[in-house]
Amino acid sequence: MQPFTSIADLGRGLARGDYSARELTSFHLERIAAADGLNAFIRVTEERALRAAEAADRRIARGEGGALNGIPLAHKDIFCTEGVATTCASRMLADFVPPYDATVVARLAAAGMVCLGKTNMDEFAMGSSNETSWFGPARNPWDRGRAPGGSSGGSAVAVGAGLVPCATGTDTGGSIRQPAAFCGVTGLKPTYGRVSRYGMIAFASSLDQGGAFGRSVEDVETVLGAMEGHDPLDSTSAARGPTRRNGAARTRIGLPAEYWSGLPGDMGDCLLAAAKELEGAGHALVPISLPHTDAAVPAYYVIAGAEASANLSRYDGVRFGFRAEEPKDLDDLYRRSRAAGFGTEVKRRILTGTYTLSVGYYDAYYLKAQRVRRRIQQDFLQAFDEVDAIAAPVAPGPAFELGAVDDPVAMYRQDVFTTPASLAGLPAMSLPCGFVGGLPVGLQLIGPPFEEGRLLALGRQFQQRTDWHLRHPEV
Amino acid sequence: MQDWESVIGLEVHVQLATRSKIFSGADAAFGAAPNTRACAVDLGMPGVLPVLNGEAVRMALTFGLAIDAEIARTCRFDRKNYFYPDLPKGYQISQFDQPIVGAGVIEMEFDGVTRRIGIRRAHLEEDAGKSLHEDYPDLTGIDLNRAGTPLLEVVSEPDLRTPAEAAAFFREMHALVRYLGICDGNLNEGSMRCDANVSVRPRGEDGLGERTEIKNLNSFRFLRQAIAHEIDRQIEVLESGGRVVRETRLYDPRSDETRPMRGKELSEDYRYFPDPDLLPVRVTPELLAEAGARVPELPRDKRRRYRDEFGLPDADTVFLTADPDVAAYFEATVATGCGAKLAANWIMDRVTASLNRTGLDIARCPVAPERLGGLIARIEEGVISGKIGATVFDVLWEEGGDVDAIIDARGLRQVSDADELGRIVHQVVADHPEQVGQYRAGREKVLGFFVGRVMRATGGKADPRQVNVLLREALRTP
Repeated sequence: MQPFTSIADLGRGLARGDYSARELTSFHLERIAAADGLNAFIRVTEERALRAAEAADRRIARGEGGALNGIPLAHKDIFCTEGVATTCASRMLADFVPPYDATVVARLAAAGMVCLGKTNMDEFAMGSSNETSWFGPARNPWDRGRAPGGSSGGSAVAVGAGLVPCATGTDTGGSIRQPAAFCGVTGLKPTYGRVSRYGMIAFASSLDQGGAFGRSVEDVETVLGAMEGHDPLDSTSAARGPTRRNGAARTRIGLPAEYWSGLPGDMGDCLLAAAKELEGAGHALVPISLPHTDAAVPAYYVIAGAEASANLSRYDGVRFGFRAEEPKDLDDLYRRSRAAGFGTEVKRRILTGTYTLSVGYYDAYYLKAQRVRRRIQQDFLQAFDEVDAIAAPVAPGPAFELGAVDDPVAMYRQDVFTTPASLAGLPAMSLPCGFVGGLPVGLQLIGPPFEEGRLLALGRQFQQRTDWHLRHPEV
Repeated sequence: MQDWESVIGLEVHVQLATRSKIFSGADAAFGAAPNTRACAVDLGMPGVLPVLNGEAVRMALTFGLAIDAEIARTCRFDRKNYFYPDLPKGYQISQFDQPIVGAGVIEMEFDGVTRRIGIRRAHLEEDAGKSLHEDYPDLTGIDLNRAGTPLLEVVSEPDLRTPAEAAAFFREMHALVRYLGICDGNLNEGSMRCDANVSVRPRGEDGLGERTEIKNLNSFRFLRQAIAHEIDRQIEVLESGGRVVRETRLYDPRSDETRPMRGKELSEDYRYFPDPDLLPVRVTPELLAEAGARVPELPRDKRRRYRDEFGLPDADTVFLTADPDVAAYFEATVATGCGAKLAANWIMDRVTASLNRTGLDIARCPVAPERLGGLIARIEEGVISGKIGATVFDVLWEEGGDVDAIIDARGLRQVSDADELGRIVHQVVADHPEQVGQYRAGREKVLGFFVGRVMRATGGKADPRQVNVLLREALRTP
């Protein structure tokens, strides 16, 4: 048994009886235990995992089970798991045990996958470094002094360090793509509506989208196939057929000037080399412009904050979650429960969100941000008249040191290349494409709505020509 | 003395009679143990999502079509943000600037005239839970069974002028939603609740005075009393040189007064914004057709028809149409071929009195409308008198059975044999010479005395009209 093995190879190993699902699970549980210092997991569910693995073994013995049967994975701790604490990395939900599974959790379990535990993240998915986690940040496996990215940092670390073959994540403004880039793994944020949000604890409902991390595009594709699809419990989930990889020999790939100009030299060189690799595979690189890119970060933070301010109102200390002791009255219960239950960044976003929805500010902030959002969508749709996909950086630089970005607005600017596709609801993927200073760099591919298949085809082709995705840190 | 005019608008919260809640599959029925009919969605648990109940949409559209309202092709849901323990999510899903039902009109009879009351809008929203203060000293109990129950909030224009007219409008709404089958109309269980916006102005002025809102009125009587009290209060304030303050007030039926609910706070900022968890609702022609097919003959149409077809007076048409079950009973009675006016009288008097006495609903009336129709027919045919009819009705009520069988078995058939009746009349006249003298001396009233004696002698089975004729003849001066 080797870490960093592809899902397909693990499946073959299981089918051949090289090892049982229980052995495979134990192997990864041991790796998790050994890598405790990475703080990738908030909770490891060893017993449940072993029971699930044994069930997978019984299916194998009966000749049943598909491509994911017995394959270990980890869920971001934003996905509700019935009977297992789901914290969103917040003190507010430190002891919250949901009585239901998220649709994503239920579907992957139904596919026979074995969940090993719940991964670390920024509190309520609000952060780009994992540093807002109530449980302390996960650490970048390439350099433990550096951030793994966020908010789905724990999942990216777990896959990047070979603790699990794959993991789920959520992406609201870059929370899958940026940690995937920082940790040197493949991460896909599907089109908004492709994956059910039911049971995925809401941050910003019009932007939140579940997705997956894997060692390769192929693995991500396999996992996506089991989690996607319409869900009657989520009215915003799309009634679409399954994603099918659809490659074309020669596609046009747009390079938006707003993303490519101004990159630091070594980042630019690394990313440009990756784009050239696609050109070498027969695709055309086309310079394009997405003129409203600059406005994406401010618009994103207004809309996400506004939605979050309402989504997080339910944490009031009354029915579940953190509750202040001995409240004097109702207001005191609200005030102290929320003051102590939420961290600084969450409170900052609730406050700004509340402000932007208030009488007298609604038009100037919320409505204006919505107008900007439409412009950004139009930018992309116009661009997709000319090109089939867009290639761009994921982040302005590689993983930064923990504690290095202490200004909130500077942290928000980390999301400059990821928030536009989020606002437009587009599928986007991060592919390992090289190293700068010994740290992984990610190339972002963005596609038209529900054209994940096109990104998967391009990504596969890229990974057939490169080996960046096969490299892994010493753990 | 200044002559004041009051201006009233109502907001009526109609609980829609769907099986499940508006955004979850939980049972929406009233009256279970606290917190047993609230699922994860109703509790606002993390990660769960609302899914719109299509039946609530169809019911709202049915209402919109029944009041001839403008109906937009799309509408959407918004979040209304405020903190309260019985509001689990910290926001209520409602409709802010794109309600499902736009401007319409409700027609009603009031004080002998037909009034058309403007409806500004009607929107869908979820109900909150209930805070229970009384059962828990120093604590508040929260029951979330009601959380997520579908409401249609109907907002009238300030077209109402008096407390009685406002109550009549509430009644008309009550009748309408029951006709449409979208609400059970049970006021005691809070199925319809009403807020009243009240202001006064010098009569003849066009502008509106500052208004107050009286919350949570759930009976016709309290509505009328609360508004009447509030009008008096405002006039008193204005006449003593004061100013009416815009505020929300609560009516206390025990002391018959309203008092401020939320002090003098400015209007709360609810920070409405579109709910990103729900897609806009597309009102397709198919959906509209489906909702339209559910609009039955409405109270106003029935009133018109009862007047034109049956020649009934307005008071009768208003009474008979106020409750769809009463109207159905009336129509089934008339369908047997009996006279409509007599049927109306019987339903308004004997049937209603008997129902009130026993606390029964007309849908459960022990005397089926077909039986009542048969009874009325016998009266019309002169087989029995109206008075005997009442006796037959009581037997039908208590014991059931066939109208004719009861008449025969008890010997209630009217004495219409002119010879037999003539003998009795002459006997009575012969037995009372003193009264005969008085009558002949011009005291016509004495006739009543003779009628009474004849009726007594026949056991009430004589036709009073016939008795009258025969008596007059017999008493005529020889």
